[in-house]
Amino acid sequence: MLSFIGHRLLVAIPTILLISVLVFFLQKLLPGDPVLALAGEDRNPEILEYLREKYRLNDPLYLQYFHWIGNALRGDLGISLRTQQPVLTLLAQKLPVTLQLATMALIIAVVIGIPAGILSAYHKGTWIDWLANVVALSGLSVPNFWLGIMMILLVSVKLGWLPASGYQPFSEDPLQSIRTMLMPAFVLGTGLAATLMRHTRSAMLGVLQSDYVRTARAKGLSEKVVVIRHALRNALVPVVTVITLLFGELLAGAVLTEQIFTIPGFGKLVVDAVFNRDYAVVQGIVLCTAIAFVLMNILSDALYRVLNPKMSDR
Amino acid sequence: MKIRPITTLAATLMLTTTMASAQDLRIGLAEDPDILDPDQSRTFVGRIVYASVCDKLVDITPDLEIIPMLATGWTWSDDGMTMTMTLRDDVTFHDGEPFNAEAVAYNINRSKTLDESRRKSEVASISGTNVVDDTTIEIMLSNPDATLLAQFADRSGMMVSPKAAEEMGLEFGAAPVCAGPYSFTERVQQDRIVLTKYADYYNADNFAFDSVTFLPITDDTVRLANLRAGDVDMIERLAATDVASVSADDNLQLEQAVSLGYQGLTVNVANGEKAGGPFGSDKRVRQALSMAIDREIINQVVFEGAFAAGNQPYPPTSPWYNSDIPVPARDVEGAIALLAEAGVENPTVEIQVSTNPVAQQVVQVVQAMASEAGITVNVVAKEFATLLSEQSAGNYEISQVGWSGRVDPDGNIHQFVTCEGGINDSKYCNPEIDNLLNAARTSNDPATRKESYDAALAILNDDKPLIYLYHQTWIWALSDAISGYTPYPDGMIRLSGVTKSE
Repeated sequence: MLSFIGHRLLVAIPTILLISVLVFFLQKLLPGDPVLALAGEDRNPEILEYLREKYRLNDPLYLQYFHWIGNALRGDLGISLRTQQPVLTLLAQKLPVTLQLATMALIIAVVIGIPAGILSAYHKGTWIDWLANVVALSGLSVPNFWLGIMMILLVSVKLGWLPASGYQPFSEDPLQSIRTMLMPAFVLGTGLAATLMRHTRSAMLGVLQSDYVRTARAKGLSEKVVVIRHALRNALVPVVTVITLLFGELLAGAVLTEQIFTIPGFGKLVVDAVFNRDYAVVQGIVLCTAIAFVLMNILSDALYRVLNPKMSDR
Repeated sequence: MKIRPITTLAATLMLTTTMASAQDLRIGLAEDPDILDPDQSRTFVGRIVYASVCDKLVDITPDLEIIPMLATGWTWSDDGMTMTMTLRDDVTFHDGEPFNAEAVAYNINRSKTLDESRRKSEVASISGTNVVDDTTIEIMLSNPDATLLAQFADRSGMMVSPKAAEEMGLEFGAAPVCAGPYSFTERVQQDRIVLTKYADYYNADNFAFDSVTFLPITDDTVRLANLRAGDVDMIERLAATDVASVSADDNLQLEQAVSLGYQGLTVNVANGEKAGGPFGSDKRVRQALSMAIDREIINQVVFEGAFAAGNQPYPPTSPWYNSDIPVPARDVEGAIALLAEAGVENPTVEIQVSTNPVAQQVVQVVQAMASEAGITVNVVAKEFATLLSEQSAGNYEISQVGWSGRVDPDGNIHQFVTCEGGINDSKYCNPEIDNLLNAARTSNDPATRKESYDAALAILNDDKPLIYLYHQTWIWALSDAISGYTPYPDGMIRLSGVTKSE
């Protein structure tokens, strides 16, 4: 297993380097001069020139890249052009926020999606199946930004149950933190719940028709034990893989959700950085996300081997 | 005997109430401010935060009169080359350091020489300072500059603690130390900025809140929802389209002030090849476009009448407005006749506009109105950073842009239309305009200045390198628990005298 992980990590290095090249140069293709966005409304030429020199924007592109990647390898991702804060500090501030949002959303997705999938598979063709499908489809089709605003208007403005937006660190006030994150996590989680429900349903349908389930029933086991203990266990294997893959989707969905609910996470940071042409921040975020993605993939492959030992003997 | 315990109890209760009523004011901002260093900062929204943290040498009244703040008074030498300023003697910075003439000299020097300073052009006329005593400073100029006092009413006049500025260098903006009613406590990027009342502030009695929290909430609908839900006490830049619903809400109140800035169409008249079309080369075609536009309709259709139609760099409410050139009525026939005279009956022009939906609506209304005069307008939406670079590179025919506005009229006009103007993207150049605007800059007599501006505006109104369209109105929505709020045309939130009932 260790050699497998080591091998995969080695293979990941060129991938990450390639990503870094893509991120760097694609961003430079964006029209718009970062210095113009930074110089202030009156665009004083003296300042423009000073900033170009300071951020090495007058250097040839390849030199800029080597300078950036060289520093990045030493753990220095540069400073935000907009706020002068080190990119690494910004990432460290924002990552826990988005992780909390993603984790809560995932929990919501699992809590809704898996039971709905089981019920729908078990009651295939009945009104329960139909209802679960309708709910799942609407979860997939309703856009996050619309659902978010509707929920704010209903839950915060009309009913006054939860804060409309904002963020409270979990370490400072756990209860308030969960209260502020509940709505965004729900909005983010519903779409994923729908995906999970569909996957669980099809996996369960396959398993419920298999021979060993019939045998279990023939032994006289109660339906509950048959479904939960025997069928679900096997059906969950592909579902677990889907969940690890969904985590990436969650990070992407967080961009929009954080924007609506004003949550100071990764997503909001990257949107603001793109609009302000804050190159260092965009590069830092994309690089980190790419690394996380690669690691996540390695982890999911490793997990697969743990769950299904047959995979190990290639 | 029985009375005493009750009195004690009442006293205890009152004390608890007072202690418990540490009041926090929560303000929803439309954007997240940039770096909080008055010398490095460049956003409008950042100035809203400074209004509570960093006192300035002078301030303005809602009618744009300049009044003392950290300075108690000022006099000009006869040749207009030296300003002598007297200062308050009861001011300390948030780190306890004294505010005095030395500190003013330090601040002026910092604005002029810090590499990262965005204030250089604002204080360019200052050649040196002379500290006379603790409360008197002489500011020497290299040329007479009537705009200087107005610059001191904004970021150039914000005084930072010299000790903190020296110690923190470029990092100063992460934890600014100034001399305002509230001191900086904490900032979580894109989430909140927290300020705490500065107990030793010279005018502390006028500031009711123990702390102020600014929350950047960029979405207009969500910002308003936060106010309605009671999560914030007030919000700035309410969308014009929400004015009606806020007015109808008994729990909310509205405050408004026409801004100092403008929005309009900048025409490329001499900035590279793209200036070669009929709009760049013939002022009659520009005049025709302007005549085809009903400015009041733009205001009604896009802003539900909440903004102000305009045709000059400052709004009709400004004392500098040239009332001989009122906002024109629409004249489609006239526009068609002018186009015929110019020999281009069906000209086509491309107008670039930012991706902001409201700005796009404005240009769409212009497009529809222009078409009735035979002008075909192609609208090209560009993301703002791109729009700006295209504009300075001359890669545009007409650009829909605006200016946030300055207290002194010079700030709204000089750099846009003088031959060497720093942001003259139109590259309009007329020596007569240069003479008039330079003269207006150097005189300290308001009447003389007004004459020069009026004359310049008459020429610009004919040449039309810029077609002014409207002036934004700053709109604040407040919870009805807030009282004593005064709207200012500079869009700042001044908390002096503002209170909140529980």
